[in-house]
Amino acid sequence: MLLILILALPLAGWLLNGLIGGRLTRRAVGLIGAGSVGLAFAAALLAAQQPAVADGWRVVLWDWIAAGSFSVRLGLLLDRLSAVMVLIVTGVGFLIHVYSAGYMREDPGYSRYFAYLNLFIASMLLLVLGDTLLALFVGWELVGLCSYLLIGFWFDRERAASAGRKAFVVNRIGDAAFLLGMILLALEAGTLELAPLARTAATIAPATVTVITLLLFAGATGKSAQLPLYTWLPDAMEGPTPVSALIHAATMVTAGVYMIARLHPLFARAEMTQTVVAVVGATTAFFAATIALVQWDLKRVLAYSTISQLGYMFLAMGLLAMPAGMFHLTTHAFFKALLFLAAGSVMHAMGGVIDLRRLGGLAGPLRWTMWGFLIGALALAGVPPFAGFFSKDLILEQAFERTQGSALLLVWGLGLLTAFVTAVYITRAAIMTFAPPAAHTGHAQRGHPHEAPSLMLWPMGALAVLSAAGGLLGSQVAGRPLLHSLEQFFTLEAHAAVAPATWLVLLTPAVGLLGIAAGYLLYRGRRQVALGWLGTFFERQWYLEPLYDRVIVGGSRWVGRMLADVVELRVIDGAVNGIGAAVGRAGRSVRAVQTGYVRNYAAAILAGTVLLLGYWLLLR
Amino acid sequence: MRGWPLLSILVFLPVAGAAVAAIVDRRREQAIRWTGLAASLLTLGVVLVIFERFAVGTPAVQFEERAVWIPAAGIAYHLGIDGISLPLVLLTTVIMPLALLSSWSSVGDRVKEFTVSMLVLETALLGTFLSLDLVLFYVFWDAVLIPMYFIIGLWGGPRRVYAAFKFILYTASGSALMLVAIIVLYLQSGPAGARTFDWLALREAPVAMPLQAWLFAAFALAFAIKVPLWPLHTWLPDAHTEAPTPGSVVLAAVLLKMGTYGFLRFLLPLFPEASRRFAPLLVTLAIIGILYGAAVSWAQRDMKRLVAMSSVSHLGFVTLGAFALTVEGLQGSLLQMVNHGISTGGLFLVVGVLYDRTHSRLLDDYGGVAALMPRFAAVATIVMLSSMALPGTNGFVGEFLILLGAFRAAPVYAVVAAGGVILSAVYLLWMYQRVMHGPVAVKERARVVELSRRELVLFVPLIALIFWIGLFPGALLSRSEASIRALVERVEAAR
Repeated sequence: MLLILILALPLAGWLLNGLIGGRLTRRAVGLIGAGSVGLAFAAALLAAQQPAVADGWRVVLWDWIAAGSFSVRLGLLLDRLSAVMVLIVTGVGFLIHVYSAGYMREDPGYSRYFAYLNLFIASMLLLVLGDTLLALFVGWELVGLCSYLLIGFWFDRERAASAGRKAFVVNRIGDAAFLLGMILLALEAGTLELAPLARTAATIAPATVTVITLLLFAGATGKSAQLPLYTWLPDAMEGPTPVSALIHAATMVTAGVYMIARLHPLFARAEMTQTVVAVVGATTAFFAATIALVQWDLKRVLAYSTISQLGYMFLAMGLLAMPAGMFHLTTHAFFKALLFLAAGSVMHAMGGVIDLRRLGGLAGPLRWTMWGFLIGALALAGVPPFAGFFSKDLILEQAFERTQGSALLLVWGLGLLTAFVTAVYITRAAIMTFAPPAAHTGHAQRGHPHEAPSLMLWPMGALAVLSAAGGLLGSQVAGRPLLHSLEQFFTLEAHAAVAPATWLVLLTPAVGLLGIAAGYLLYRGRRQVALGWLGTFFERQWYLEPLYDRVIVGGSRWVGRMLADVVELRVIDGAVNGIGAAVGRAGRSVRAVQTGYVRNYAAAILAGTVLLLGYWLLLR
Repeated sequence: MRGWPLLSILVFLPVAGAAVAAIVDRRREQAIRWTGLAASLLTLGVVLVIFERFAVGTPAVQFEERAVWIPAAGIAYHLGIDGISLPLVLLTTVIMPLALLSSWSSVGDRVKEFTVSMLVLETALLGTFLSLDLVLFYVFWDAVLIPMYFIIGLWGGPRRVYAAFKFILYTASGSALMLVAIIVLYLQSGPAGARTFDWLALREAPVAMPLQAWLFAAFALAFAIKVPLWPLHTWLPDAHTEAPTPGSVVLAAVLLKMGTYGFLRFLLPLFPEASRRFAPLLVTLAIIGILYGAAVSWAQRDMKRLVAMSSVSHLGFVTLGAFALTVEGLQGSLLQMVNHGISTGGLFLVVGVLYDRTHSRLLDDYGGVAALMPRFAAVATIVMLSSMALPGTNGFVGEFLILLGAFRAAPVYAVVAAGGVILSAVYLLWMYQRVMHGPVAVKERARVVELSRRELVLFVPLIALIFWIGLFPGALLSRSEASIRALVERVEAAR
């Protein structure tokens, strides 16, 4: 019951706000929206403490699809892994709902907004709680739908509507691959249930497992915005900022990481896929970090930062350091949501301005926001004792240990390099936003920026505490509760838990601090550094952007027009009408025979008779 | 009601309604409209009774009725329903009342003739799906053309005459070949005096191979035109575009299914060996259609043409599932026939709602409608998602089973067809954005008002079906499972 309740609460919120929200007061809408998620969080806290969770607590709902030898039931599964996700989704989700009540206060689409947001929470919960891969996929596509609806929330803006559509289509490319992988798994394993997967995975041929996992990972590159399907996430920043915090930072985009964790028995058997995942993750991490370095839109800096941090998580998953990956997923949810909410507070104060060149000097008027942003930035940069340090450090340590002595050590190097770039770009963003404008520019912000209302500040405060202290979940000091729980869940071959070398532990924070110092030196006094040709290279997204826009999008557009205007109208329909015209011409030419004169017909009959008789008499 | 000839009642109830409508004074348009709606709703009621009483788990033909018609020629009046015809009969009777209701605003002249045409059309369609005698089937099959010809030709758009001609010539030339094949089948069915047109009898003794292939080809051509299978589809955009809204709805939702129903009812059981041999060819055409239809949709400027071309793509999926020749694929194919009827019928209703207000079908004449008609925007979103086969909606279950069945038959089928999954999002979201999003840009802005109560009534049953089938497809799948299983076994046994 409790499990169903977790899912049913936001679903009820969606129905209420969606159907009658227009007739309710804003207060009621906000209460329903945030309240339903808050209650779901409470239910999740209760549920997570049930002893059944240790072995996987299952609730079967109903038989869904059955045809031939395929059948699948809808059900929910709460175990150590999904419990972490449910708590993040409902917990961070609740905070962002509260924040939204303040942030969207003036918006005419208030009830529609909360309806979408609640639907998102319900879909995300289905994704993490589904006890079959098919149920996971339902949630997977539904969160994509909610993302589309919320990116394009201000649909009267062409840019927002296009960004939503782009997100949906790019995700669909990944989803098609996911669908094929799932179908192959269903045919090979005979079931899509997740609980017995550890057993059934062993019966599938290794080559097939590789194909299945590669297809599923292709789906993950769409949902989690990895190379090559990352392009939708920066554009997704057209949506309201709390949406960016919830969907495009803390929860939905981590679905790909969660999926790999969920299917770890499969991925553990596919070594080639592991390499692909690790390399794609590390490359994306570095790639996106360099782009974040040259963005002028604060939200886009954070978006590329998210892509980059997700790359770290995939790096961990690919090396089977799964508890570390999930740990980083958790801390990232805290500090990235915090950074986004702070950015939202800046936008709120500046009347929608988000261009770093037009910000600056907000340290005074937005004191609380600034502290929130700085805590998030320090966590992101991996400075101890903030949360991001513990998880990022763990990933890089394990990456080094597991790739030592092989060519894969390169991914560790890329990870370390990314840590440096990360610290630089977040320092730049912080300076540009909050440092006082340089005297000689004479540029001051217009209007009177004001600190956010308390409805927005409290959630930021809570996330700031989590970002500062969340590292305790995985630190020796507190007994590593999260890591301990996850290590019991992942039944992977045990790596000897040797204490890492001291230099290795100190390396990550050192690199982070170095990055902050470099960022300070480069950008102090809000200097606009262009980075020369390298900057242009980063800005054009390593020239992937023109490739996508012109070659792929433009090319397929051209093919569509060719088919519609030439093949369809001229060739195929031309042939059809040609046959029709030919029959018509034949009819007209034969019509001349039908003169209507009896004498002509009589002559024809005579001629025929003569011919027949001649045939019979002479030739036979 | 036990012992009642339920199927005959079902088939002829609409015509009886037409007779009543015909004697009402033509000036009392409201009365005629209500009569038509009542007749179609009663028909739906009969189907619901049959649906409820339908025995699950048997492939046998149920509610069978047989009466001597022309004994000298072995022709009988033979009706029956099984798991394959049941979903289509349900679809027909669900769509008909909605199409009639939508005509209340889109058809303003000659209401009596229109209502009568629609009801006659319903009888012909139901007869097509329920006939188990080939001559009876053929009579109903061709009878469908006549009312549809008038619906397009009399109440259609500017190029209605061209479209109606193209429609009737194209499809009639296909049926002519089928008639020849039916007669050959009859002549092959036994010695003089013992020959028959009975489907059950013919099914038990398929003709030998070279001839079977020729007969298969003749039937297949007639069905492929109706579906329509690429590249025989060009009558469809013209007919769809020129037909009035209720005509487009019935055309897309039901008439196209006559072709795919023909695959399952006649091609596979009567010509099992030829079906197996030619399956790769039909699957190839189907997959080309999936991708081609989607790509061409994307380039359309006319909403109705866009939706019409999307049908080519969707029916490609249905054909793919049918000729995958696996239980999953065929179950998906049958379910997707129903789903396409709901979603594409719904899309044509959506376009109809817009057309009623602005009298334009061009994407360029729209923009920002969602701001003016928020409730309509929500309805249109759901219909669009169903057409896109989003999980949770009906379309997903069908498409998933088709891809699963196709993958089992040959992975490459599913891999290429999965491209259609992507493209459907491309063209539907494109259309949706052009019409609904962006700054408000519509002709006659004052007329673009929120859905009326009657229009809302049109969509509520469709939306209910979208979620009902999406979440509980078992009600339909379980009823067809036994028939489909038997069909697959029959095809596999013929070696």
